[in-house]
Amino acid sequence: MSRRTIAAHAALIAYTAVALLPVLFIVMNSLKSRRAIFATPLALPGPGTFDLVGYTTVLASGGFGTYFTNSLIVTLLSLAGILAFGSMAAFALAEYRFRLNTLTGLYLMLGIMIPIRLGTVGILELMVGSHLVNTLTALILVYIASGLPIAVFVLTEFMRTISDDLKNAGRVDGLSEYEIFYWLALPLVRPALSTVAVFTMIPIWNDLWFPLILAPGDSTRTVTLGAQQFIGQYVTNWNAVLAALSLSILPVVVLYLLFSKNLIRGITAGAVK
Amino acid sequence: MTRNEAASVPPIALELIGITKQFGRTDVLTGIDLAVDEGDFVVFVGPSGCGKSTLLRIIAGLEDQTAGNLRIAGASADGVPPAKRGIGMVFQSYALYPHLDVAGNMSLALKREGIPRDEIARRLNAAAEMLELAPLLKRKPSALSGGQRQRVAIGRAIVRQPKLFLFDEPLSNLDAALRVNTRIEIANLHRVLGTTMIYVTHDQTEAMTLADKIVVLYEGKIQQAGRPIDLYDTPANVFVAGFIGSPKMNFVGGDEARRAGAAMLGVRPEHLSITTGDARWTGVVRHAERLGSDTFLYVQTQTAGELTVRVVGKTELGVGDSVGLVPLPGMLHRFDDRGVRLP
Repeated sequence: MSRRTIAAHAALIAYTAVALLPVLFIVMNSLKSRRAIFATPLALPGPGTFDLVGYTTVLASGGFGTYFTNSLIVTLLSLAGILAFGSMAAFALAEYRFRLNTLTGLYLMLGIMIPIRLGTVGILELMVGSHLVNTLTALILVYIASGLPIAVFVLTEFMRTISDDLKNAGRVDGLSEYEIFYWLALPLVRPALSTVAVFTMIPIWNDLWFPLILAPGDSTRTVTLGAQQFIGQYVTNWNAVLAALSLSILPVVVLYLLFSKNLIRGITAGAVK
Repeated sequence: MTRNEAASVPPIALELIGITKQFGRTDVLTGIDLAVDEGDFVVFVGPSGCGKSTLLRIIAGLEDQTAGNLRIAGASADGVPPAKRGIGMVFQSYALYPHLDVAGNMSLALKREGIPRDEIARRLNAAAEMLELAPLLKRKPSALSGGQRQRVAIGRAIVRQPKLFLFDEPLSNLDAALRVNTRIEIANLHRVLGTTMIYVTHDQTEAMTLADKIVVLYEGKIQQAGRPIDLYDTPANVFVAGFIGSPKMNFVGGDEARRAGAAMLGVRPEHLSITTGDARWTGVVRHAERLGSDTFLYVQTQTAGELTVRVVGKTELGVGDSVGLVPLPGMLHRFDDRGVRLP
């Protein structure tokens, strides 16, 4: 191994440690008693300090099953919406010549530059007006809207790389435009779809802002918001908070593993060929 | 019409009437008129950007003409979707469906048309037999070589039994040896099937060797259409004269041409001979290409610029030697100041 690669690996390992250590501390301390969390926060759980009280509190509090289901529903349906509409828009922008093509693309790209949270007040008024406050639909709609710009942007570039000849061969063979999109184009951009899925899924799962504002009711709470109930103004149940956070990591990790095989290919496509 | 008459005047397979295409404000094709007889092998040839591929895509229905009409086998094809035009098309990049095996690729269109399963199997086997694809039917395109992929692409067009075959530069992705083989295969295919074929290429050798009729396109216009040998013998203008034939025709302008009553004189390298006697042009050999069967000499002349000469077989002449050149009698082409051939 040359000196260069050693240096590169050292930098990467250091970065990985920085990124993973907080997660490690959360998981580690969630398995300790309250006293041990404060006495030796950096120690691994041992025979004297091991305690599952956090987990039992979280599971006993009852609402957590609902919160998990809510988070899953919101994340998966938003993801489905973003991928479905995003890829269709991307196909249209990449494939068809029409008058406002460039302008439409630029308009969608504005959404990448302007954070959707700037529009929170307007969104809240809209949701109140359409009686969607305290529904999961409100969250799903907002997340689809906020995820679409980046999805369209990334997927359009990938859609452009699909050979015209292939699409034309489909047309000569009698495929409709929908079939060409669904049956020829989509399978070829699958790596890109996975990449977009991962990048949009994680912020949605972790979001606290919109659940707090649009759906704070007990039946519509997401898991990130649900974990906050253990953080009090005066007393915080750290065992429960850490246990709730540890549990909430699991589903995204599973989803990530499902997509990750294609993710690497999506990121490096074109770079190495 | 009796059978004899039908045989003597073949029906028209494809008719283009005033086809015009604009992209935005750019004219890509202007007023293309062409009739193709049934069973003909027609090659569209021209440099890149001349509009030949666009014209093929208009015939296929993948692109709409801005103006003009299109008739395939006597019926108007304007606005008819590609799948309903009775065409089979072979693309430059093969364009096989990556997730279907060879059999799936070839039978997709037939399934779409609702053709019964045993009929599909019959046509599939016949085409596989003809193209030697039978052992490959269960393979995915990624497991095939370039030549095999090209044969599958051709097979996909054959099984549809089209009225019109369209080829869009089918050989340009193949290496040189395979290109010659596939060229011969395509010529054979045309003999066996007898179907009308339209073939697009930028390679004049392909055009000369394959075509019953060549259509030379340049700047969106048909420069000349006719039998290969007619284009070679009597090119309609300077562009066709320079484009057909390899090496390129020599052109001589200036006083020399004016004395012959033309703006430009043209003479092919094979129609110049080296003489020790009365020479029309004299010069010095600047470069020699020795192919064994032929030698090409590039001669820098005093009065006519650089001229290319083809010498059959080998020659002792080399760089730096002085030579005298005479055109073979009757082999000088004359063009007027617009580049049009003079009689």
